[in-house]
Amino acid sequence: MSESQRAGRYPLGEGDRARIKTPTGRPLAELTLEALRAGQVGAGDLGIHADTLGEQAAIAEEAGFPQLAANLRRAAELTRIPNDTVLAVYEALRPYRVTYERLLALADELETRYDAIENAALIREAAQAYRESGLI
Amino acid sequence: MRRSKRYALLDERPINQDSFVHEWPEVGLIVSDSPLDPKPGLALRQGRVVEMDGAPREEMDLLDLFIADHALDLAVAPVAMSTPSEAIARMLVDVNAPRAEIIRLAAGCTAAKLVEIVSHLSVLEMMLALAKMRVRRTPSNQAHVTNRKEHPALLAADAAEAALRGFAEVETTVGVARHAPLNALAILVGSQVGRPGVLTQCAVEEGVNLRLGFKGLTSYAETLSVYGTAGAFVDGDDTPWSKAFLASAYASRGVKTRFTSGTGSEALMGHSQGRSMLYLEARCLLVTRGAGSQGVQNGSISCVALPESLPGGVRAILAENLLAAMLNLEVAAGNDALASHSEMRKTAKLMCQFLPGADFVHSGFGAIPRYDNLFGGGCFDTSEYDDYYVIQRDMQVDAGIHPIREEEALAVRERGARILQAVYVQLGLPPITEDEIQAAITANDSRDMPDRDVAEDLAAADLFLRDERTLLDVARALDAAGHAEIAEHLLELARQRALGDYLQPAAIFDEGWHVRSGINDANDYQGPGTGYRLSGERWQRVQAIPQATPPADYLQGQGERPAQRLAELGAAHKGAGAEVLIAVGPAYGRALTETIGGLPHEAVLEALLSGIAEEGLAARIVKVHHTADCAFIGYAGAQLSGSGVAIGLQSRGTTVIHRADLAPLNNLELFPQSPNLTLESYRQIGRNAARYAQGAKVQPVPVRIDNWVRLRLIVKTMLLHRRELEQVEPQRAPTELHFDWEPEV
Repeated sequence: MSESQRAGRYPLGEGDRARIKTPTGRPLAELTLEALRAGQVGAGDLGIHADTLGEQAAIAEEAGFPQLAANLRRAAELTRIPNDTVLAVYEALRPYRVTYERLLALADELETRYDAIENAALIREAAQAYRESGLI
Repeated sequence: MRRSKRYALLDERPINQDSFVHEWPEVGLIVSDSPLDPKPGLALRQGRVVEMDGAPREEMDLLDLFIADHALDLAVAPVAMSTPSEAIARMLVDVNAPRAEIIRLAAGCTAAKLVEIVSHLSVLEMMLALAKMRVRRTPSNQAHVTNRKEHPALLAADAAEAALRGFAEVETTVGVARHAPLNALAILVGSQVGRPGVLTQCAVEEGVNLRLGFKGLTSYAETLSVYGTAGAFVDGDDTPWSKAFLASAYASRGVKTRFTSGTGSEALMGHSQGRSMLYLEARCLLVTRGAGSQGVQNGSISCVALPESLPGGVRAILAENLLAAMLNLEVAAGNDALASHSEMRKTAKLMCQFLPGADFVHSGFGAIPRYDNLFGGGCFDTSEYDDYYVIQRDMQVDAGIHPIREEEALAVRERGARILQAVYVQLGLPPITEDEIQAAITANDSRDMPDRDVAEDLAAADLFLRDERTLLDVARALDAAGHAEIAEHLLELARQRALGDYLQPAAIFDEGWHVRSGINDANDYQGPGTGYRLSGERWQRVQAIPQATPPADYLQGQGERPAQRLAELGAAHKGAGAEVLIAVGPAYGRALTETIGGLPHEAVLEALLSGIAEEGLAARIVKVHHTADCAFIGYAGAQLSGSGVAIGLQSRGTTVIHRADLAPLNNLELFPQSPNLTLESYRQIGRNAARYAQGAKVQPVPVRIDNWVRLRLIVKTMLLHRRELEQVEPQRAPTELHFDWEPEV
C-alpha cells in the first residue's frame, strides 16, 4: 500500500470498519450492544490495537506530522505493556526518580520483553540527557 | 492633592483593579524581546545539531537537547534559518503564500527564529495569520463543567446543556481529588445525552488521569504541562522525555492528548532566566512538537494576568497561539482563566482568537457560573452566553457554539440528570434522589443543589477508580436501565477509540460521529472566498437567538381598527383668527392607529385639543398627504392656520410646534423622542401651541430625555415611518378632518 492510499483511507471509521480490531483482536464489528448484553465483550476490548496505531502513524507521517507519527509508533509498542508497567516507566522517567543504570535496565526490559524498540531508544536517550544535566 | 471628580470615577472602574507594571527583564517580567533572549542560529554537523540559538551542544540544557534532537526538521532547517524572518512574516499574511509552505519552513526554525518571525507582525496581521495557519478548517469550542459541591446530577445536567450548545469538548476537574472518577462519569454520560460525539476529560494528577483514560471515563487529556526552561520543567516534576512517554502512553490506550503551556509560567515559577515570556513559550511549543503531541492548550492559560500586566501582553498571547499553529499543532487558544476585571478588556482580548477562529476558541468557556468554576473562576461563564451569541451574530463568526431555547435547556438538563441517576442505580453508586434531579434542572449554581453525603460519594469513587469497571460497564448499565440509545453512543466512543481517528491533529466529532481533523478538514484558507465560511444551515443556527423577533410584530394591531370618530372632509382651507391648527401625517388614524408609545391616535387628539381649549382657543385638524416628515407636516399646517401656529404630528407620535413665518426645518418646539411622550405631554403641547398663537410668553414643555429609547425602538420607528411613507400622495393637498369630540370645559 502506498502512503497516499493510506492517507486516502482516513478516517478509518468511515471506511471498512470490519478489518479494524479491538486490542484483544476481536473485530470491531463485534463491539455491539448485543455482544455487551451477552457478556462477550470485556475490559480488554476497550482501547486501540497496535496495528491501528501503526496505520494512524502512517497517516500522520504522510500528512506531514512526523513527530506525531513517531509518538503513535511508540504508542503501538506500549499497547503490549500492562497499565501498571506503563505507569511505572513514566514514574521512572520523572526527575530524580531512579539511577542512570536503572533507566538503562528499564530500556532493555522494554526492548527484550515487549519488543518496544522505539520506547527503549527514548529511555536511553533520556538517561543520557539526565546524566549530562545532573537529573539522576 | 486636589481630586478631579473624573479621575476619582476612573479609579473606581474595574480596569483599575487589574495589575500593571513596568518591564523588568532580569526576573522575566517582559513579554518579548528581552535583552537576554538569544539570537537565532543553527549549526549542523553530520545531520546533527551542534549549535542552536547560540548554545553549543555541550552547553545545551535539557530542553535544548530535546528540541535539537526531536523538534526540528533538519532537512529544511538550513533554508528556513537563512530565509529572512521578515520574509516569512510576510508570507504569513500573504494569501498567495500557501499554508503548507509556511508549515514546511517553520518546521526548520529554532525558538529564537520563530519569535523573530512573529515580532514583525501587528495584532491585526497575527489574526489574519491565525485564520490561515490554524490546523482545522472548522473552528470549535471547549467548555468547563465543574461545581463546588461536585454534585453529580448538576455535573450531568451542565454537561448535557453544554453539549447541546455545541461545545465539542467538555472538561471537568475536582475540588477534592478523590471525586475524579465520578465527576468524569457524570460529564461523560451528560455530554453524550446532550450531543453524541463530544469528547470529555477530567483534569487531575497525572497518575489518576491516566487511570481515568485507561478506563474510558475520559477520551482526551490536556493535563500535560510543559515549561520553557529546564528549571521550571523539573519543578513541574517532569522532563521532555517523561512527557513524550506520557503522550505515547495515552495514545496507546486510544486517548487524545494535548499539551499545556503558556506565557508567564516560567517567570511565575522563578525560572525565567531573564528570557522573555514569548521566547520561552516558543521553546515549550518545540518540546510539544518534539514529543509528538498533536496539539497544545496555550494562550497563557492560568498565568494570563502576568503577561497582561506588561506592555504588549495581549499581543504576545496571540503570538503564542500563532506560533503553535505555525508548528502545525492544534491550538486550544486560552480565554479560559480570569483575565481582567474589565468587561471591555476581556472582550477585546477575546476578539484576537474569536475573530480569526481557532481549533478551540476557548480552552474552557465556563458552561457553569463563575462561582462554580473549579478551574480558578473562569474568564467567561453562563451569564455571558447571550452576549457571546449576539457577537457571533453581529460578526457572522462561528466561535463554535449556538443558542438554544430555555425549554430545550430544561429538557436536556433533566435528561442528563435522570440518565445519570439510572446509571448510578445500575452501578450501585450512592443514589441520586428526585429532589436532586428537580434542583439540577433549574439550578443556576451548586448553591441551588441539596447537599450529598460526601463521605459516601468519595468511598464509592475510590472503589470505582480501583475496580475493573470501564466505559463498557457504563454502557451496559445504560442499556440495562432502558437507555439503549445513550449506551450506543458510549459504545461508539469505544469503537472510535479502537479506530484512533481522533488521535490525529485537531480532531473533534460532529453529532453524526464524523471526525473532523487536520487530515480530512484541513484549513484551506487562501484569502476571500476560501477557508471556513459561516453560511447556510450553520449560519441560520448561529443567528437564531431567541430574542430576535419577526419585525412585523412591531406593527401588530396598527391600522386594524381605523379611528371611528375621525372623518375626512374636503380640501382644507386657510383659516382665520386665533385658532391652532393640528396637522397630522398621512397614515394618521387609518393605516396607523397608535403612536410608537402605544397611545391611541384618538386619545392623542383629545389631549392636544383639551390643551388648546384650556387656553380658550379654537382648533382645527387637517391631514397632510404630501409628506411624512414631521417638520414639513407642521410647516404645511402652519400655512393653513389662522394664527400661523400649528402642531405637526406624525402618526408615530413625533410632534413639532410650528409657525408660518419660520423656515420649514425651524420650529418653536420639537418633541423628537415620541416614545417618551405621555397624554399629559400632548395636553401641554396643546396649551403651549395656543399660547404661542396668542403671542404669550411660553415656558417650553418639559420632556423626559432617555437616549436609550432610540436603541430600543429603532426598528419599530423605522417600520412605522415606512408605513406612513406608503400613505404619502405627493400631489394631494391637505384635507380637513372632522373629529367627533367636545372638550370637557
